[in-house]
Amino acid sequence: MIRKPFAITLDPGSSLANHTGSWRTVRPEYIDRLPPCNHACPAGENVQRWLFHAEAGNYEDAWRALTDDNPMPAVMGRVCYHPCETACNRAQLDEAVGINATERFLGDEALRRGWKFAAPATSSGKRVLVIGAGPTGLSAAYQLARAGHAVTIRDAGPLAGGMMRFGIPVYRLPRDVLDAEIQRILDLGVVLELNSKVTDVLEARRDGAFDAVFLAVGAHLAKRAYIPAGSAARMLDAVAVLRSMETGEQPLLGRRVVVYGGGNTALDVARTAKRLGAEESIIVYRRTREKMPAHDFELEEALQEGVLVKWLSTITQAGESSITVEKMVLGDDGKAQPTGEFETLEADSVVLALGQDVDLSLLDGVPGLETDEGVVKVGADMMTGHAGIFAGGDMVSGERTVTVGIGHGKLAAHNIDAWLRGKTWEHPASHELATFDKLNPWYYADAPRSQAPILDSVRRQSTFDEVVGGFDETTAQFEARRCLSCGNCFECDNCYGVCPDNAVIKLGPGERYAFNYDYCKGCGLCVSECPCGAIRSVPEET
Amino acid sequence: MSEQPVRFYQTGTFTVGNRLLPEDERSVQANMRRTNSLNSGHRACQGCGEALGARYAIDAAMEATNRQLIAVNATGCLEVFSTPYPESSWQIPWIHSLFGNAAAVATGVAAAMRVKGRSDVRVVAQGGDGGTTDIGFGCLSGMFERNDDVLYICYDNEAYMNTGVQRSSATPPAARTATTMPLGGSAGNRFGQGKNMPVLAMAHDIPYVATATVADLHDLEAKVKRAMEFRGARYIHILVPCPLGWGHGSAETVRMARLAKETGLFPVFEAEHGVVTRVSKIRRKLPVEEYLKPQQRFAHLFHDPPRRDVLDLLQQMADRNILRYGLADETEAAA
Repeated sequence: MIRKPFAITLDPGSSLANHTGSWRTVRPEYIDRLPPCNHACPAGENVQRWLFHAEAGNYEDAWRALTDDNPMPAVMGRVCYHPCETACNRAQLDEAVGINATERFLGDEALRRGWKFAAPATSSGKRVLVIGAGPTGLSAAYQLARAGHAVTIRDAGPLAGGMMRFGIPVYRLPRDVLDAEIQRILDLGVVLELNSKVTDVLEARRDGAFDAVFLAVGAHLAKRAYIPAGSAARMLDAVAVLRSMETGEQPLLGRRVVVYGGGNTALDVARTAKRLGAEESIIVYRRTREKMPAHDFELEEALQEGVLVKWLSTITQAGESSITVEKMVLGDDGKAQPTGEFETLEADSVVLALGQDVDLSLLDGVPGLETDEGVVKVGADMMTGHAGIFAGGDMVSGERTVTVGIGHGKLAAHNIDAWLRGKTWEHPASHELATFDKLNPWYYADAPRSQAPILDSVRRQSTFDEVVGGFDETTAQFEARRCLSCGNCFECDNCYGVCPDNAVIKLGPGERYAFNYDYCKGCGLCVSECPCGAIRSVPEET
Repeated sequence: MSEQPVRFYQTGTFTVGNRLLPEDERSVQANMRRTNSLNSGHRACQGCGEALGARYAIDAAMEATNRQLIAVNATGCLEVFSTPYPESSWQIPWIHSLFGNAAAVATGVAAAMRVKGRSDVRVVAQGGDGGTTDIGFGCLSGMFERNDDVLYICYDNEAYMNTGVQRSSATPPAARTATTMPLGGSAGNRFGQGKNMPVLAMAHDIPYVATATVADLHDLEAKVKRAMEFRGARYIHILVPCPLGWGHGSAETVRMARLAKETGLFPVFEAEHGVVTRVSKIRRKLPVEEYLKPQQRFAHLFHDPPRRDVLDLLQQMADRNILRYGLADETEAAA
């Protein structure tokens, strides 16, 4: 006898019995893609990761994530040419995220609050000599010390910092910031020996019983150009001028200064001359603004400060109070061609900023070590042809920036560490790139880029005060929150919301999500509505 | 430097949730303990807009009523795919009767609750556009006219999809359905026919009328919540794209709803007592082609040569909506 109401023979059931996952021909998968900022960073910073912490106001976590790769964020937040921002996907939406200024905020915040690096957990008993206390050497020393090795840095100069101190003017990098970030690395137990020029690397290695050596002496020899000059003509080189700014004896440049060259160093000298009281500070460059190797924002700042540029010109002769320049035209190959037209410029001094060479003399007679066009040859592991001697920074082939140096130092340290342990270091496999077409930009609210305060132009022409100011906390956090988090889930709940089949499981804060493949029909809505491209569709195996 | 709001976060306004917002400021759908009124295992097509819209709306209604809710369902896709006897995907008290009488049944449920003194239990009636604008229109108009205490939600996918994509009075002009096949010179649904259901609801002067889409969850949830603050007859009309009937990819459902709103073809607004009180402005204005082209039901407009004349008429419809409801962003209008 059925004890059920009329016409009801079956018990009610839940649709959960119906596993609609069997309909699926493609399946969604969570993935991490490589954000373009991370991809572009020569120091290998995980930019998206530290911005993620900064967005939440967890500045110390952000700083610790950042300093995994780069021990000097306050310096880099000032002097880096931020290829990350050039690559930033947000530029295709409105403007790139102000990564560099946010990095500076974190660096300054760390100095203000006195955050320190965690002491090395273990000691390897191995000794490493780092030659050169510039960004490359300091970066390597930092990473090696954290890995438990005993590190000694030797530098020929009276102060640590290398080109950060002797090449970059004070108005771009205040020295208290530089000193504090160097000291924080030394606090890890790194020994710094100044005024100790290494003249023979093998001897230094043997005498100090060092297990490995890292060469990072930089490129400090100014390149010369042959310019017929009268005996009274005052010719200087840019490296010497910038160095003398640090050592106390201010260079005598006169009222009319001509700087010859088109790189960032030329701009640094021209802007320094202006601040020293030069009435005219003129850059002479043989090609055009578009062809200039200096960064455009630095040129723009220089022009604002009253620096003049003579484009398409070469110096053919230098006299006591004037120089002769020849006008050039750009040939079809982009190279400057002389025209035979000449012009005279008044000049009390001429500063040559034509690039720098590496002093390779300390490497004489090192077996196996090879050089090529004035730089040291290294393998992908940053090791020279001589076992246990590694090199990086300006003295090897590559772009010569502080950021590249930091990256070289880190890369070399990984390899030195592995080599000391009898292993080889493998670069972790990279994720696929999170290009703009992987994003769903609809979801990002409109937010114009924050601008850092700039010193007024009068003070920029007469003092060495820092030109670009920093963000306050509010602005830094706002800027961090402009990050699109390309290719990396930031837990916006979109996939969890837009699934018509309730087949996305939310795992809770910090835990992201999982798919319930029992019910996921493979419609792909989560993939197309994920703002940051952290889900992909893959064909279901048949 | 001027102060900037820190609260802004990447996607704060538009995404379902946001790890940095307080829980009470996130959407109902972001909550790990949402009701999931319409649970997994239902038989809706891949990427179904109606299944999505129904869970959005009913979960929000459950939240707004402290989970004291009874839903009455008209016949249609939503009923068929969710409740093939003896299974159901509904995790709430839910009743189905006929195609045309959901509003009348809901009236009865509301009356029963009144008699029992259960003023805390609220009633929702729901149906597709067929059950609302065609077959159930008489019952619904009566419910409005009597101002019965029911929220009626129409999930509008613009045709009878469950039975094979036949035209309804909510099918837009030029859309091809199984019953508006290309015949003679003009293909697709005719211009100048059909019903504008939200406007008809407003004409009854009921307390609350709103339109929404599955592309703007925050707006949709706010409207359900607002509707539950009124007693009497209320009507919400939700545009729910149908991958099957519209002929777009299953992953495009939300995008189609977004484009319907951004082109101006589907005005999103709310009205109280017959007066429009708020409209959702168009954020990034787009020509109607952007919305029409990805849909197979409009493919006949884009053959060689394209039907510029028909596209112009559809653009005029969008422009009229923009003018009529003031959908254009002021800053854009000024530019």
